[in-house]
Amino acid sequence: MSARQRHLKLDLAAGRVELSHGAGGRAMAQLIAEVFHQALDNEWLRRGNDQSAFDVAAGRMVMTTDGYVISPLFFPGGDIGSLAVHGTINDVAMAGARPLYLSASFIIEEGFRLADLKKIADSMGRAAREAGVPVITGDTKVVERGKADGVFISTAGVGVLPHGLDLSADKARPGDKVLLSGSLGDHGVAVMSRRQNLAFETTIQSDSAALHGLVGEMVAVAGAGLRVMRDPTRGGLAATLNELAQQSCVGFRIDEDGLPIKPQVAAACELLGIDPLYVANEGKLIAIVAPEHTDAALAAMRAHPLGREAAIIGEVVEDEHRFVQMTTAFGGGRIVDWLAGDQLPRIC
Amino acid sequence: MCLAIPAEVIELLPDQMARVSVDGVGKLVSVALLDELAIGDYVVLHVGFALTRIDPEEARRTLALLGQLGAEVLA
Amino acid sequence: MKYVDEYRDGKLARGVAAAIARDSDPARNYALMEFCGGHTHAISRYGLEDLLPGNVRMVHGPGCPVCVLPVGRIDMALQLAAKPNVTLCCYGDLMRVPGSRGNSLLRAKAAGADIRMVYSTLDALVIAEAEPSRDVVFFAIGFETTTPPTALSIRLALKRDLGNFSVFCNHVLTPSAIERILACDSDGVRIDGFVGPAHVSTVIGTAPFRRFAQDFAKPVVVAGFEPLDVMQAILMLIRQVNDGRHEVENQYIRAVTEHGNRIAQAEVADIFELRENFEWRGLGQLPDSALRLKDAYAGFDAERRFALDDISASDNPACECGAILRGVKRPAECRLFGTVCTPETPMGSCMVSSEGACAAHWSYGRFRDHARRKTA
Repeated sequence: MSARQRHLKLDLAAGRVELSHGAGGRAMAQLIAEVFHQALDNEWLRRGNDQSAFDVAAGRMVMTTDGYVISPLFFPGGDIGSLAVHGTINDVAMAGARPLYLSASFIIEEGFRLADLKKIADSMGRAAREAGVPVITGDTKVVERGKADGVFISTAGVGVLPHGLDLSADKARPGDKVLLSGSLGDHGVAVMSRRQNLAFETTIQSDSAALHGLVGEMVAVAGAGLRVMRDPTRGGLAATLNELAQQSCVGFRIDEDGLPIKPQVAAACELLGIDPLYVANEGKLIAIVAPEHTDAALAAMRAHPLGREAAIIGEVVEDEHRFVQMTTAFGGGRIVDWLAGDQLPRIC
Repeated sequence: MCLAIPAEVIELLPDQMARVSVDGVGKLVSVALLDELAIGDYVVLHVGFALTRIDPEEARRTLALLGQLGAEVLA
Repeated sequence: MKYVDEYRDGKLARGVAAAIARDSDPARNYALMEFCGGHTHAISRYGLEDLLPGNVRMVHGPGCPVCVLPVGRIDMALQLAAKPNVTLCCYGDLMRVPGSRGNSLLRAKAAGADIRMVYSTLDALVIAEAEPSRDVVFFAIGFETTTPPTALSIRLALKRDLGNFSVFCNHVLTPSAIERILACDSDGVRIDGFVGPAHVSTVIGTAPFRRFAQDFAKPVVVAGFEPLDVMQAILMLIRQVNDGRHEVENQYIRAVTEHGNRIAQAEVADIFELRENFEWRGLGQLPDSALRLKDAYAGFDAERRFALDDISASDNPACECGAILRGVKRPAECRLFGTVCTPETPMGSCMVSSEGACAAHWSYGRFRDHARRKTA
C-alpha cells in the first residue's frame, strides 16, 4: 500500500468487530488506534510499545489484577469500562496505596458493535482521566461469535504504599470499629434492574467510583489506626465481613439500625426477595479501625464527597466461631452468614 | 412462604395490567385477579400479580392496637 | 415502605413483647406452629426468639413450597430440561434444589440445558411468544397464592394461541398439609395453636381454617409476614390457649377476608382439579393435596404433552426432616444438621430453601445453640 493511499476509517456507527481486528494485521492496528488510543490517550500509549516503562519512588509497591464480566454491559451509572477502571483502582487503594498505573486487556466477541466498543473505551478513558490513573498498556483479542459475551476486560493495577503502612485482612482485633463509607446495594440493584426477565424501573444508579481519594484522606489522619480496608463488591457487606472474620479469627457485631440503605434499594430487594447485605457495591469501602483512631477516620470520610454518609456500623468482637452477628432493627439477634451459592431472586 | 409486598397502583393500563410503585421502584404487573381498582390503591403483589387490595382503615386499626398493647403494659 | 416499615417498628415490638410476657402463664409451655416459611423467615430474620419468653416455643412448619417438593419432581423437571427443544422456565428458588445424585437445575444449565429464571409466569409467556420454535415449559410450584398466576398464564396462552407453552404443575394445597400435621399430633409433640398463612389466606380466606379449629380443637390465627404481625398473632394465640378457646382469628385483616379472592378462586377452579395423591417431601403421600390441569387444558399440561412418568426418589434415611416438619424434633437434633447437611449441600427438604426450618436455623440462629451450650 502506498503512503498516498487513503484508508477508510472504521465505521464506528454501524460497523462490527471482526476476527481480523484481533489478527495482528492492519485491521487490528486501526482498531487500536481509532478506538483505544483515541479514548485512553496518554504519553505511554502514544509511544506504541508492547509495554510501558515508568519511574517509581523508593518504597513498597502493590499490584493487583482483576477481570470484568458483566451483563448487561451498560447499566445506570456506568458500564464495563468505567467499572474496570474503578474496580482496579479500588483494589490497589484498599491496601492504603496510591494507585499509579493500569493495564487493560480486551477480549471481544466477533460481531460486537464498534459503537458499543467505542462507548466502553471512551468511558474507560474518562474514568481514568478523572481518577488521574492512566491505562498505560493494553491488549486486544477477538474470539469467534458465541465464545464470549460481548466483551470481557481484564486489568492490572500498580500503586505505591506510603511508608509504614501495612494493612492486612488478618489484623482486625476485638474492640476495633467497623466503618462503612456509604449506602449499601446501589450497584447490584442498578444492574439487576436491567436484567432480562427481572426488569424493574428505578432511579438508582450504580455507585461505581474510584475510592483512592477517600482512602488518601483516611490514611493521612488515621494511617496508624487502619487495620484493614475492603471494598464490599460481590457478596456485599456480608461476604466481606465473613472473610475478615475468618482471616482475623474474630467475630463481628453490627447494628442493623446503623446501616445506610436507600429506600429504592430496600424496595427492590423486597420485590426480589433478596437481602441488601449481600448485594454488590462498587464505590464503597469498609475500614476496620483501632478505637482511638475511629473519630479521626470517620471525620475524614465524612469530609470527602464519597464518604458523606459514612457511619460506624459495628465492632470486632472475640468469637471462636467467627460469626458475624447483627442486632436487628426489631431488637432481636441473628447471624449474617456466608451466602450459599448465588443470591437468586425468589418467590418464597 | 409466598413472598409478596405492598405496592401502590400508579397507572392502570390495557389488558388488565397496571404500573405499580414499591417506594419508587416501578413494575408492570397484572391486576386480572382484582376488580374495581383505583389509582392510589395499595395491593399485595406476588410474582407479578396483584392478589388483594390492602384496606387502609384496617391497617390503621391494627397499628393502633399494636401501639395500645405496648402503652398498656409498659405504662 | 408503606404497610411494611410500620410493622417492623422495634419500639412497638417491645410493647407487644411485654404483653406476651405478661399474658403467658409461666406454669405452662406454649408450642405454637407457624405453618408458613414466611413466618419462619420473619422469626429468624428479625430475631423474634430473643423477644419471646422461654416457655413460648415456635415450631417451624412445612409451609415452604420448595421444601416440600419431592426429589422425584425435580428429577422429572431435569428430564424435561434435557429434551432438546425444551426451554424450562422457573422461579429462582428452584435453581439450586437438589434432585437425585446431586443434580440440580443450576447444574443442568451449566451442562447446556436451556433453563431460564423468571420473576413471573408473564415472563415465561413473553419467552414463548418471542421464541415460537422452542417448547417453553413453566415449572410451576407453590401454594394457593402462586396458583392463580399459573392459571392466568394458561388462560393467556390460550387467548394468544401459544401452542408452544405448557406448565409442569406442582401446585399444592395448604389445608391438606395442616391436616396431616394435626393427624400426626399424637406422635410426641403437642401443638397448642397455629399461626395461619398470610398470603395463602388472601386467596382462600380464613374460612377453610375453621374446621381445624373445630375438629381438632386448635386455635388458628391468620397473620401477616411482618415481624409485628407475627408477634401480635403469638399474643392472640396465647390468649386463646389461656382461655381454652379454639377459634379462627384474623390478625392480617388489612389484606385477608373471610372468603378470600373469589376471582382467583374461580380461575383456579376452572383450570385445575385435585390429584388423588401427591408426595410431599418430609410428609409423604397426602390425599387431595395437590392440583393438576383439567382434561380440557391437557395440551398445556407438560406431564401429558411430554409423556412424563412419575419418578419417586428417596431422601437420605438419616434425615429427620419429617420429624422436624411436624415439630417433633428441632434442627440441631438431627445428626446430619451442620455436618453433611448445610445450605451449600442440603440433604433434606428443611435445608433446601432459606425458609426451611433447618436453613433458617443454620443461617440466622445457630449462634443460639452455642450460647445455650455455654450457659448449660
